Amino acid sequence: MNEMNEVRKPPVATTGIIGWLRINLFFNWTNSLITLFVVYCLYQFIPWILDWTIFSADFKYNYLGEQITNQEMCSRNLDPENGGACWAVIYVRFYQFIYGFYPKVEVWRVNLAYIMLAFALLPLLYAKLPYRKYFLYFTYIFPVIAYFLLNGGLGFTEVSTNKWGGLLVTLVLGCTGIALAFPIGIMLALGRRSKLPVISMMCTLFIEFIRGVPLITLLFFGMVMLPLFLPEGIDMDGLVRVLVAVTLFQSAYMAEVIRGGLQAIPPGQYEAAKSLGMSYWRMNLLIILPQAIRISIPPIVNTSIGLFKDTTLVIIVGILDLLGIGRGTLADTNWLGLSYEIYFFVSLVFFIFTFGMSRYSLYLEKKLKTGINMGAD
Amino acid sequence: MKKLLSIFAVLAFAFSAHAGTLDDVKNRGFLKCGVTTGLAGFAAPDDSGEWAGLDADMCRAVAVAVFGDRSKVEFITTTGKSRFPTLASGEVDMLARNTTWTISRDVNLGFEFVGVNFYDGQGFMVPSALGVSSATELDGATVCIQTGTTTELNLADFFRLNGISYEALPIETNDEGKENLFAGRCDVYTTDASGLSSTRAAASNPDKWVVLPEIISKEPLGPLVRHGDHQWGDVVRWSLNAMIIAEELGITSENVDAQMSSNVPEVLRLLGVEGNYGEMLELSNDWAYQIIKQIGNYSESYEANVGPDTPLEIARGLNALWTQGGILYAPPFR
Repeated sequence: MNEMNEVRKPPVATTGIIGWLRINLFFNWTNSLITLFVVYCLYQFIPWILDWTIFSADFKYNYLGEQITNQEMCSRNLDPENGGACWAVIYVRFYQFIYGFYPKVEVWRVNLAYIMLAFALLPLLYAKLPYRKYFLYFTYIFPVIAYFLLNGGLGFTEVSTNKWGGLLVTLVLGCTGIALAFPIGIMLALGRRSKLPVISMMCTLFIEFIRGVPLITLLFFGMVMLPLFLPEGIDMDGLVRVLVAVTLFQSAYMAEVIRGGLQAIPPGQYEAAKSLGMSYWRMNLLIILPQAIRISIPPIVNTSIGLFKDTTLVIIVGILDLLGIGRGTLADTNWLGLSYEIYFFVSLVFFIFTFGMSRYSLYLEKKLKTGINMGAD
Repeated sequence: MKKLLSIFAVLAFAFSAHAGTLDDVKNRGFLKCGVTTGLAGFAAPDDSGEWAGLDADMCRAVAVAVFGDRSKVEFITTTGKSRFPTLASGEVDMLARNTTWTISRDVNLGFEFVGVNFYDGQGFMVPSALGVSSATELDGATVCIQTGTTTELNLADFFRLNGISYEALPIETNDEGKENLFAGRCDVYTTDASGLSSTRAAASNPDKWVVLPEIISKEPLGPLVRHGDHQWGDVVRWSLNAMIIAEELGITSENVDAQMSSNVPEVLRLLGVEGNYGEMLELSNDWAYQIIKQIGNYSESYEANVGPDTPLEIARGLNALWTQGGILYAPPFR
């Protein structure tokens, strides 16, 4: 009988690395073939990309040891046979990529805003932060501080938005668009589901109109049509006009995402809240929205990432965001022809931000257990 | 109701009846000049974030004429689509944006082209290995062509006129044309000659490509302002002309101080030693002197930005002075 109680180890083939490999990579012959094919491709690709981006690349000096100041001095142009990426262009233009044409004397203001942005995001991203309440107060007033810090006023010299560019513009557009679209989207979603016909019709009209129009069209509308509606002499800043367009666009999408979440809430939740005598707003604020938003996290992050990448469209209306600065660099006769390096760098920056957003949403989903069944059947 | 309408009318009038652009610019303290988002040789930010190029110099010249200071200019980036609304709405005071002077733009859109700072035209680029020396030898070639542009129509006309055939490979952007040509997917790339030069300069080995001598269209590029404000149009027009006249008279940024004591009457008039031409334009009398001193004459600007010594290597060609085989010509300064 003792033998029966002895714990037998699972077969070697189903545990450890070998087991994992068997189950995931070599499960049957098609699976194995695909695995081998992918490994072969990676074997071909990875050494080449590593060599091009790192081992044979110029960072500041070329292979002769000279500091690179134009494309002709890049190793790959001096000697096309060897020599990889010429990152010197990024090194030389780094300031422009990050700050645009922001005056150098005032650039500490942008740096401070970047740091403050990190502090403002901290309590939103990390719920267990000590003194989170006080940090949240800071988060609420951060947009105001950032406005004065970046734009000027309150004793700061004014820096016109024409001088903004690069990552600064990308972040301002992305963050403002996402942050403003969220509350507007909630209101639109509630409005569309409202039982008052005027409100619901207006919200539906707005959402359907904006969703039926490409972002580029809205940007043109903001850039070209808005000034015609304003009386002459009243000058609306170009960046603000684009921000309006981006926010409207994102709100419509956000509204639909949140409406999806609202519709997933079982009617029992509404009825329970009402039977407790809660008003419409209390019911939504305390019972419905927290649940609806929780289950909408993946699509919310999805549209936010989409918007972050869509901000590159502002180049069409002449605003130089990160990608725009890259293109401007390519038009400098000193750096003609370095498009691989520049587009690689710009994609890398975008990847870091969007990948970060996507990872964070996964963490949030796990923490809030959005997958659970909330009693809906 | 009538009363309300008349109030609106008065308000609208009050908003529209503003001072001339020159006064606006002077009051603002800097010039707002519309340029491209980046075009090699014409306007692009350099490593320190300063805009440089032939068009950027045009903007600076006007800023110097008004303020005597080349830094008193703010560059507003515009695209091919946003440039005209930006100018029409008064967001910029002038455009120096590689814009072709055509009748519809000049008349119908309500703008005024004040001159030409670059004569461009559609050309052809081929691999030198093709051994072609003239575009008329391109029978049966595959041509990379940007769709929906005037270049497409010009191309069809040119080939029909010469009785030769071609196969079009439609592309969208200049970058795409470059990649297709370099990869050998087309034998010929056609676009404006200045664009061909920058494409050639971007090649890893520029000597492998040759721009054919035929220019098959007229593309006079020049600065423009809004219709109706002639005083401002004059300031921009004569800022450009001053640079051209300076080249005619051999005045450069180097020798301009010595030229102040020249005995040529036109030099003295241009530099403001004699006459009161600055006053006529409501500028200071040394406005042209300052342009030449701070920006240089047309030739200096050309050589520094697009000339044979730059990677673009665009020969003067049509842009040489009328006395030197080109068509660059400014009215007399008197």
